[in-house]
Amino acid sequence: MLILLAIGFLASAAAPFFYKRFKEFFGWIAVTFPLYLFFGFLLNYPQVVSGNSVRESVPWMPSLGVNFTFLLDGLSLTFALIITLIGAAVFLFAGAYMKNYEHTSRFYVYIGIFMTSMLGLVLSDNILLMFVFWELTSISSYLLIGFHHHKEQSRKSALQALLVTGSGSLALLAGIILLYQVTGSFEISSFYDLNEVITGHTLYPAIVILILTGAFTKSAQFPFHFWLPNAMDAPTPVSAYLHSATMVKAGIYLIARMNHAIGGTALWQDTILIAGTVTMLFTALLAFKQTDLKKLLAYSTLSVLGTLTMLLGIGSKLAIKAFFIYIIAHSLYKGALFLVAGTLDHETGTRDVSKLGGLRKAMPVTTITAALASFSMMGIIPLIGFIGKETVYKSILELDYWGTFLIAIAVLANAFVVMITLLVGFKPFWGDLLPTPKKPKEAPLKMLIGPALLAGLGLLFGVFPDFFIARLLDQSAQSILSETLSLKIKIWHGFNLVLLLSFATLLLGGTVYLLRAKLLPRVQTLTLPGIVKPSAWYDAALQGTLSFARLQTRIVQNGYLRNYIIFIMVTAVSLASFSLYHASGKVTIVPDFSITFYEAALAFIIVVSAFILITSTSRLKSIVALGVLGLSIGIIFVIYGAPDLALTTFAIETLNVILFVLVLYKLPRFLKLSRSSNRVRDTVIAACVGVFMTLMVLFATSFELSSELKNYFAAASVPDGKGRNVVNVILVDFRAIDTLGEITVLAIAALGIFALLKLKPEREE
Amino acid sequence: MYSIILSTASSYLLLLLLMFSAFLLLRGHNEPGGGFVGGLVAAAAYALYFIANGIDAAQRIVRVEPQRIITAGLLLAIVSTIPSLVTGEQFMTGTWFDTGVPLIGKVGTPLLFDLGVYFLVLGITLQIIFSLAEEDKS
Repeated sequence: MLILLAIGFLASAAAPFFYKRFKEFFGWIAVTFPLYLFFGFLLNYPQVVSGNSVRESVPWMPSLGVNFTFLLDGLSLTFALIITLIGAAVFLFAGAYMKNYEHTSRFYVYIGIFMTSMLGLVLSDNILLMFVFWELTSISSYLLIGFHHHKEQSRKSALQALLVTGSGSLALLAGIILLYQVTGSFEISSFYDLNEVITGHTLYPAIVILILTGAFTKSAQFPFHFWLPNAMDAPTPVSAYLHSATMVKAGIYLIARMNHAIGGTALWQDTILIAGTVTMLFTALLAFKQTDLKKLLAYSTLSVLGTLTMLLGIGSKLAIKAFFIYIIAHSLYKGALFLVAGTLDHETGTRDVSKLGGLRKAMPVTTITAALASFSMMGIIPLIGFIGKETVYKSILELDYWGTFLIAIAVLANAFVVMITLLVGFKPFWGDLLPTPKKPKEAPLKMLIGPALLAGLGLLFGVFPDFFIARLLDQSAQSILSETLSLKIKIWHGFNLVLLLSFATLLLGGTVYLLRAKLLPRVQTLTLPGIVKPSAWYDAALQGTLSFARLQTRIVQNGYLRNYIIFIMVTAVSLASFSLYHASGKVTIVPDFSITFYEAALAFIIVVSAFILITSTSRLKSIVALGVLGLSIGIIFVIYGAPDLALTTFAIETLNVILFVLVLYKLPRFLKLSRSSNRVRDTVIAACVGVFMTLMVLFATSFELSSELKNYFAAASVPDGKGRNVVNVILVDFRAIDTLGEITVLAIAALGIFALLKLKPEREE
Repeated sequence: MYSIILSTASSYLLLLLLMFSAFLLLRGHNEPGGGFVGGLVAAAAYALYFIANGIDAAQRIVRVEPQRIITAGLLLAIVSTIPSLVTGEQFMTGTWFDTGVPLIGKVGTPLLFDLGVYFLVLGITLQIIFSLAEEDKS
């Protein structure tokens, strides 16, 4: 599987080269890639449904417990098949849809990377590896939402999606690390027997909250739902693929995957249940005033994501069964409907549902596809959506306490989804023909196959559920609950309460749809106050961060070199003297007053040149004084037996003087600009630094450090480093990685100097 | 200000100083010296030449752009880490070859690394001096 993923990334990288050659039929070439993967995974189907999951492990960083461990069990196989199948439909569709866009080859690169990382995400058994893929999907989503990067709105939406999911994934990472502290492992399958250990640990609540934050942001659960409708700025194939069928289900996948290890407690189940229910209802209601096809679909996706989360929260056998049927059903019909919306946009030039109508004659195939997918979405016999909805209702009714309350919410939310379906799947095709910006015509073959296939599969799975999905479902449930499920899936349960509820939903949905025409003008003027809108919180947080950053930059980095030096000096001295003060009791400083003639002479030279340096009114004189000062210090190094240091000091001081002379006559005439109060302040700071350094040196020389390193380096220098100059051997061998870091910093600093001197922006007049 | 004495002397001094810098670089492993100070001395040699003959002459004699010297230095330093990666030892463990020639003795990756440091330091210093000098010219 590692090789498969590597091929995926390579193929994505190679896409532009192929695109240039075979522009016309690139869609057909691209589709082979997900199809190949799809059939590859299908080959594993018999083995997985017979209960033997496929596991592979290649060491990556074994000492840290991070490995390329992949696990293909029921849960990951289900997701992998969905990802590759919808991927195939989308790749083919995009071949025609994206033809007249700029940078189409780039689109294929991004979406190829996305598909591969999404596969990696669901296949990883190592949770850190999964996290890497998790972030990769976020990044490719960012690039795809911002695909129309010349539009400000697109860039804003892309950034919003990235920030929301990105901050969530930081929480997830923290959760993963805490989990590691409890279990000592990153392998998800090793958590399976540790449920009691984890749930009993004091860190457990923190783990749950952090991991769920990651999952909720990714799967756009309330209150993080707002990024998903904005993500509709992406090209439609992207919305169909990432933002309805696959990526937004990653959070739900994570909850499902971790359910076994850290689930089963009230905290876990209730949090998921409540978040899911709120999302399901709230987002369905929000859809009411939307008119954009894709926004409508996005809100219905949100509602479904809420339902899925709720089902995991219920967590009974039946709920898990409903969860899987619903995921498969939703991926099929929503993928199809999104692509239909894309077709409409492409062929008529508008996505506004109020401007579309009567297209059935011009676009017959699309009409049928849309109808099939819509029936599934509304839950009409005999499509898979019907089984899904029936099972959802049944699993809610099983609940003791909240059953009645929840079922009411579920029916209401689903009624709104029915309304959305009528708007998206039927209104554009039936009724009177409305004028559109472009003359409507049937879409090309490439854009018809994908959605028709998905919608058709919805019908096929609905009629023969046992044959297609039942066995996979049993295995998938085992991944979540660790008990095998063998509930038969049937399409017809007879006349009962559940069927009645299904009818009620349809009826209510129809009523809402009819009422919508009248209510819409009134509702559209309503806006929620900012305080209850999570998107307003996001805006406030973003603005707050930006203005804080500006404020901080203004204070700390105001462009005056003298202020930087003051900051650095004062901070360093005050922090260091604090710890020096604490240690002062333990050591008695014994100054050594025996001074030789050379030392006294050097000290005299240093003091005099320092005095000249600060009092002189000629720059040249100051520079010469600085040079004298530096060279005198170099001589001190010679006296005390540090020839390496002395050599370097001499060289540096020489070059320093040359550099100073070079900039000297660029500077304005010498002026006294600083106020006397500033000079007093500077004197005080300078004196503090001087006194501190003196104390520091006295302190350091007052007691013998018993350093083993010194002895080690001295002893190992010749045998291990093959050199007698210990300093140099340390620099280029023992601690070479430090040196490598330092010279890299130097190289970057050189680039900075180059930029400062050469790239002068035009001065503002 | 052009001084014919300095100008003439600088050509010879340049050669001498460069030889000295190479000497410093090579002896660094056993005696005081090394890539860093060697690079500084080499840079000082060119700086002297620049002072005597002007920026154009100095750039001509360096031949390549300082950025390239920086890049070459960094690359050399990184290349010196490859043997340790290939042999699977701890990162940046030195690899040594005994040439058997008495004067040269053992040659190893730390020398390559030190050479990288030498070029990097030389490149950076030249970069700063040349940039500032060109600034004056314009």
